[in-house]
Amino acid sequence: MRHALVAALCSLSLLLPNVGQAQDGPLRIEITDGVIEPLPFAVPDFIATSPAASQYAEQLARVVSQDLVGSGLFREVSKEAYISQYTDFNTPVKFPDWRAINAQALITGEVTLSGNQLTVRFRGYDVFAGKQLDGAGLQLTGTTDGWRRIAHKVADAIYSQITGEGKYFDSRVVFVSESGPKNNRQKRLAVMDYDGENVQYLTNSSSIVLAPRFSPSGDRVLYTSYESGFPQIHVLDIGRVQQRVLSAGNGAMSFAPRFAPDGRRVVYSQSEGGNTDLYSLDIASGATQRLTTSPSIETAPSYSPDGSQIVFESDRSGTPQIYIMSANGGAAKRISSGKGRYGTPVWSPRGDLVAFTKQNAGRFHIGVMRTDGSEERLLTASFLDEGPTWSPNGRVIMFTRETQGPTGRALLYSVDISGRNLKPVRTPAGGSDPAWSPLQE
Amino acid sequence: MMKSGAVCAKFYRNSSKHLTKVERATSQRDERGSVMKSFKAIFSVAVVLVVAGCSQSRFDDSSYNAGANGVNGNIGAGGISDPASPAYFRETVGDRILFLVDQSTVNPQAQSVLQGQARWLAANPEYTITIEGHADEQGTRDYNLALGARRANAAREYLISLGVDGSRINVVTFGKERPVEICSNESCYSQNRRAVTVLASGLLG
Repeated sequence: MRHALVAALCSLSLLLPNVGQAQDGPLRIEITDGVIEPLPFAVPDFIATSPAASQYAEQLARVVSQDLVGSGLFREVSKEAYISQYTDFNTPVKFPDWRAINAQALITGEVTLSGNQLTVRFRGYDVFAGKQLDGAGLQLTGTTDGWRRIAHKVADAIYSQITGEGKYFDSRVVFVSESGPKNNRQKRLAVMDYDGENVQYLTNSSSIVLAPRFSPSGDRVLYTSYESGFPQIHVLDIGRVQQRVLSAGNGAMSFAPRFAPDGRRVVYSQSEGGNTDLYSLDIASGATQRLTTSPSIETAPSYSPDGSQIVFESDRSGTPQIYIMSANGGAAKRISSGKGRYGTPVWSPRGDLVAFTKQNAGRFHIGVMRTDGSEERLLTASFLDEGPTWSPNGRVIMFTRETQGPTGRALLYSVDISGRNLKPVRTPAGGSDPAWSPLQE
Repeated sequence: MMKSGAVCAKFYRNSSKHLTKVERATSQRDERGSVMKSFKAIFSVAVVLVVAGCSQSRFDDSSYNAGANGVNGNIGAGGISDPASPAYFRETVGDRILFLVDQSTVNPQAQSVLQGQARWLAANPEYTITIEGHADEQGTRDYNLALGARRANAAREYLISLGVDGSRINVVTFGKERPVEICSNESCYSQNRRAVTVLASGLLG
């Protein structure tokens, strides 16, 4: 990955032993489909152990705050309200001062700089219980150029502890950066942190690129490129920014690739004689297996997390709908049943939901349904929303939203799977086809 | 031929717009050193404006934008008055057919255009073609790629049925990636749901 040195972000060691359960139960946000009140927290600037470390002290706290607030589940108590000034990481916290300003959680940290090595110690507190949060007193080490990742890991630990959900802030997004007018769109592959920082371009705009997808380990990206003049599947090593053509060289058009959970196989669409079917490819041997043989369109395949099944889009019924079949092909079962057209199904990392694009009555929606097609829930509505991708913890969906008309442009958006917290994701230019990475190590 | 002044005026607007487009494409080509070809491209457009007037539906350069394989009027002897020229193929024979929403059926009007293409290809055997299939923006990216492939192939099959050797015909889909018209209503969508026959010289690789 990009921060090779930070990949060694290491040694999660507990600073303090657990201090036992408070009587009134742990601090917890119970995430339900109802409206929730964001949990108020305070995160004073981290303590710098030297003047050189001070430049990171405030920024680390700011990124931690942005992550938590950005999740839609937390809100920060303003610094102006602070009663205690927080000046020493090892001095016991004056809980009454934080209770008085209704900060239910408190996050403190200390940063030490040694050469280009940052060491951050942090603790999370349940203010009203007057105790440290379990599993949220840690030490993280990394290089200075990866300081944001350290902050994301701090926020992940706090978020995970309080919500009971998996982590997702220390993750990246690969996407297509778009510029130029609608009839001459320039497209480049780019990768960035999930919050839009640290953008790195992976291709130039000399040929159309579409729909990048991360490998399960986050080190490679599959995408479709018109470099040869025809759509073909490429695989790119992110660390080395080296790419090669993956699809068979028989001139057939191939697109919509996605890795299997083991990272060894790829499922994709191939068009021959006007008919688009699904195939899988063993990356090491190059051997391909045809999975569907219908004269209809079969595309947008996505594996279940255990690799045993594939959810995909087909118009075999006359309109595009969502189907599930074995990863080896064979009979498929339709799961979409509502009005309209369904496409781009993506299996959630937890395995329980399928996110999709729905087109109905002139509007596009991002939605989720259970894998048996029940409990369909539309999360968005606009002129054109498409192409959902799941956060590593399965709580958030990122997608493409395109505005209409001659000046229409594509931007990335994210939304919670409850339908709350819809917001744009910052990109340098237009953006489309996001794909979320797994959580970084 | 033209049916009304209104259509004609529309055509002139389109023409000047496309002329701008060609000039831009031309300057890009200049960077690659094909200055003479660029002059020919501009000349072709001028001829369209002066001679052909409103008789043809449109002049379009999607293939410049698309970065496809075609040579687009820059080989061959002359402009649109030369029946063997790519410009004649594009403007008089007609280089594209249109489709209904979600359809890949070659309708009677499209059949007529393809019949003209087949005759031209029979008379000009040195050319191969790439048929580019396109979709409008209503639909997901993946589905539109598949739909564009269907449309390009429908045109290919029809040409083969008319006697064009299949080995002369490549197909490629651009899905919704390269619209020629950019508004978000049916007047543009109907022009974007298309299969465009792009000429290339020599044998297909």
